Amino acid sequence: MSIFLPIQILLLVFLLFAFTRVVLRYKDGTIPLGMFLFWIGIWALATLSIIRPDFTTYLARKAGIGRGADAVIYGALIVAFYLIFRITVIIENLRQDITRVVREVALKQVKKKK
Amino acid sequence: MKYLVIVPAYNESQVIFRTLTNLKQTLKKSPKFDIVVVDDGSTDSTYKEAKKAKVTVLQHKLNRGLGGALSTGLEYAKRNHYNLAITFDADGQHDPKDIIRAIRPIEKNQADVVIGTRTRGKGHMPIDRSILNWSSNIFTWVLFGVWTTDSQSGFRAFSKNALQLIQIKTQQMEVSSEFFAEIKRNNLRLIEVPIKVIYTKYSRAKGQTNMNALNVFVKLLLRLAR
Repeated sequence: MSIFLPIQILLLVFLLFAFTRVVLRYKDGTIPLGMFLFWIGIWALATLSIIRPDFTTYLARKAGIGRGADAVIYGALIVAFYLIFRITVIIENLRQDITRVVREVALKQVKKKK
Repeated sequence: MKYLVIVPAYNESQVIFRTLTNLKQTLKKSPKFDIVVVDDGSTDSTYKEAKKAKVTVLQHKLNRGLGGALSTGLEYAKRNHYNLAITFDADGQHDPKDIIRAIRPIEKNQADVVIGTRTRGKGHMPIDRSILNWSSNIFTWVLFGVWTTDSQSGFRAFSKNALQLIQIKTQQMEVSSEFFAEIKRNNLRLIEVPIKVIYTKYSRAKGQTNMNALNVFVKLLLRLAR
């Protein structure tokens, strides 16, 4: 008999997948070192919480929250909202970069015609 | 002294030629005016129609929005050392005759930026536009600390000094409010001049629709939060 519940095995398989994504994206240069460490940390905490569910309860008590599961949800929500914000900012910056390129092309073309 | 009229245009093939010929006709007595159209990646024949009017046309290969188009026009003015730049809508809602009156405060060195206000001039602003405009005015005042009677006006004039200082980041309709943020940030002198407004079915269908006003507000908030 396995020492893990089926849901734990499923989550661990997902986390293994998540870890490989982070490593691969770091290796191909898509994410910088800071983001690599941040995500490794997040997934490491998630792994620890799955293997040792009492770990979240311990953290929750320390933070003054009743149950471990609640602490995970609070944390996950904060991280998710922060990431949505970051992504929005990144997209906005990318749009500005595209505009700059489009502008330079337009200005250079008129210069050439003159 | 040389002045530039910037006309941002996106899919305005129906009216752009007429707008430009009216502009040229009105300004022909004054040789100091040049006209530049910024075709913002139009999918219709705006570029061809603008070219037909024999003015300089800058072409965005991709649609970047009103803010993107205006910044390109202002950058063109800066690089070509214009002493004054005017932004003028392509949809025919502005009267070219207002230009001479609007630039006077800058010529007399009384202002760095002039906004042509549609709420105090001739012509009737439809009630829904009026409500939208006043909400935007309050929003602009709360966010940027500058009071104006027409925060969404597309009729503006900038001195050489203002052209050097103003840096526009937003790319769509929210640019109209961002100009006020820049006026405040750079301590520029602002004067409002009443202008005539010509609302046609065409111009009402274009420009800022009531529906995207919320979108504009969210983007301005995001700009502040960044």
